[in-house]
Amino acid sequence: MSWMLPDSYSTFGPDVDFLYYAILVVTGIVFVITEALLVYFVIRYRRRDGQKATYIHGSTKAEIIWTTVPFIAVLGLAFISIPSWNMMKNPDSVPADALDYIVNAKQFEWEITYAGADGVTGTADDISTINIMHVPVNQAVNITLRSEDVLHSFFLPEMRVKQDAVPGMDITVWFEATAAGAYPIGCAELCGNLHTTMGGTLNVYEATEFDAWVASQSADADDADDADDQEDQ
Amino acid sequence: MDAHGHAHEMPWIRRYVFSTDHKIIAIQFLLMSLFFLVVGGLLAAMIRWQLGFPSEPMPGGMLLPDEMMAPTPAGAIMLPEFYNSLVTMHGTIMIFFAIMPLLVGVFGNLLIPLQIGADDMAFPRLNMASFWMAFPAGLLMLASFAVEGGAAGAGWTSYAPLSASGEYTGVYLGQQLWLISLTILGFASLAGAVNYITTIINMRAPGMTWFRMPLATWALFITAILILLAIPILAGALIMLLFDQTIGTGFFLPASDGEPLLWQHLFWFFGHPEVYILILPAMGITSDVLANGARKPVFGYHAMVLAIVSIAFLSWIVWGHHMFQSGMNPMLGTTFMITTMVIAVPSAIKVFNWLGTIYKGNIHLHTPMLHALGFVSMFIIGGLSGVFMASTPVDVYIHDTYFIVAHIHYVLFGGSLFAIFAGITFWYPKMFGRLMNEKWGRIHFWLTLILYNLVFWPMHSIGIQGHMRRIYDPTQYEFLQPLQPINQFITVCVFALVAVQAIYALNFIISIWKGKKAGNNPWHANSLEWTVPSPPPHGNFELVPIVYRGPYEYSAPDVEEDYWLQDAPPPRETAAPALEPQPVAD
Repeated sequence: MSWMLPDSYSTFGPDVDFLYYAILVVTGIVFVITEALLVYFVIRYRRRDGQKATYIHGSTKAEIIWTTVPFIAVLGLAFISIPSWNMMKNPDSVPADALDYIVNAKQFEWEITYAGADGVTGTADDISTINIMHVPVNQAVNITLRSEDVLHSFFLPEMRVKQDAVPGMDITVWFEATAAGAYPIGCAELCGNLHTTMGGTLNVYEATEFDAWVASQSADADDADDADDQEDQ
Repeated sequence: MDAHGHAHEMPWIRRYVFSTDHKIIAIQFLLMSLFFLVVGGLLAAMIRWQLGFPSEPMPGGMLLPDEMMAPTPAGAIMLPEFYNSLVTMHGTIMIFFAIMPLLVGVFGNLLIPLQIGADDMAFPRLNMASFWMAFPAGLLMLASFAVEGGAAGAGWTSYAPLSASGEYTGVYLGQQLWLISLTILGFASLAGAVNYITTIINMRAPGMTWFRMPLATWALFITAILILLAIPILAGALIMLLFDQTIGTGFFLPASDGEPLLWQHLFWFFGHPEVYILILPAMGITSDVLANGARKPVFGYHAMVLAIVSIAFLSWIVWGHHMFQSGMNPMLGTTFMITTMVIAVPSAIKVFNWLGTIYKGNIHLHTPMLHALGFVSMFIIGGLSGVFMASTPVDVYIHDTYFIVAHIHYVLFGGSLFAIFAGITFWYPKMFGRLMNEKWGRIHFWLTLILYNLVFWPMHSIGIQGHMRRIYDPTQYEFLQPLQPINQFITVCVFALVAVQAIYALNFIISIWKGKKAGNNPWHANSLEWTVPSPPPHGNFELVPIVYRGPYEYSAPDVEEDYWLQDAPPPRETAAPALEPQPVAD
């Protein structure tokens, strides 16, 4: 049992993890102090027969202190959260050289579309895979997230990415992986009876390997005249 | 006032079934919501069985029909659609049919007239109607388990489009009954709220100024205002969703140019005030019980009232924090993050004032006091874990994981339910004339506190590891498989936690007949309900009480005892007002 986050492998990782640990420290201190006082008071001021409690109604000074200090603390936490939030979720923050992807969610699978050789999605040379997403390392990817039916939520725990997919909306999601490897994809929004099966894998490749994979897919597409995603299953 | 009046000549059915007496209605709400609390607990146990031992035959599962459990030679295995119904109905029943009626229906009805010195509610018949709408609504909700397609399965939040069309889940009638049941319950809540507000504004006894009201009544007053304003939003949304389901509108369906996010905005615009509807009365109860146990005035009474009012106000502008990852404009996320962080402040003020209340007290650890202290210590955890979700970047990671499941249970179980245990035990003598057993009360408290923490504390941890909520089988995800021993541990502790509640149930039932006779004021408390017999007669007060002071004059130096009833005349009738105890009275 642990309060430590699992390792992160994206450029969002340091920001999210720093904020998490900052809040853990602040709330941890408050937790220890308040709970310790509670237990101490209960023991120290336990019932003594024939004795009366001290007749106190309050203290304006104390009220002012314990209103302003938490106020400053929580506003501080809010303000240090703003830049990271903007970087993660504001569509204007997506790097200009990001690779375009489309992730289309439906009951109960993720359909991932790659731009192919021309670098633009929505053209004839697009490549698509089901439940397996391939991305190059150290390269931003710009995903247009869609849903065909109900809400889903595109969750990449190690990338510190989560975004609901909403039917009727195109939502921008971006991230940049910082280490090659295979990472889980999850669905984090209840989407129906087989919600639990809507998992997948994110494969992060070295740049050269990724280019080779795209080339092989494009070649397949030329041969078979349709995007062949069977080999990815 | 004729306190005994005609009540005794009334037929049995008018006295105990279709009663207009606020005390009887409180007991009716109590029995109803305790029943639903048990149902909700059993649903939770089934959910946990599936999570701890995914797709293994469930003990007793053969008793359930094939639509819920798939029979195999080894036993019956839970179906995913039934799991979704369980998750949905556990949340729905606990929130709407257990915690909310316990806090508002039971304590609102029991305490408000007694604590302000009134003979009954302003509209006794409306009050009766409130119960007789709420109870059938609950039965309707339960009945939805038996219809074709099963009970609603889109989560207690019923996010559209999953909830808006049966084609996505196979649940048609169940979802519609869910909507109809909650709409009826909404009307019941509105009837109650109108009554509470009118009663408190108009029927306070002479001398019962606003700032001489006990904090339980203050909290219930503010809660009633929240209900009055929030429930119509919910009812509107429910009816729109029902139309989407039944007559082909498309408010929330993109195929008909509808907007799925609209449901979330409406639901949470109601839903966040609802969260405070579920905690403010618990805070009020805790304040009353803590002062009584500590034999000391509530620390910072005015600050406590102000904190309740500011929480109620802020609760209207934080709903978007449920929607940070929903696709809502990220700029709105920033706004809601700031308001959400700010709402932590009045909660912090309350915690510090509770600590101030027990500071230098003469603390009697009776069972209600133990539960009130349990409330404070658990609410601290639930409040602090909320700060994590408030920070939008951290929320990206922990949203919709077990971290939020832990958080909500620290607030609603560790918070509200402990306060409910405190309140029931504290005011039990006022309802039934006898005290609950202290020894078994303490045993129940400690077992519940320990098991409760063994269940919910580890959920923070598995949430931090990325464990999503509402998944039927966590072992489907390779990265969650190492967490399975924790899931099993939680499940075993849940079974124990549910089992030890039998102690409370038995104590509750047996004490009705065997408990120690209470007398008027067993806890040596100050507020007006303790000046009348237990249980009070029809009409409550023989004479209209005159209130001389605030409700928390414990250990005042002017009197020998360590309590001072609100209606006890001052020692020197002719004394100048300056000699009156000052702080809470104005």
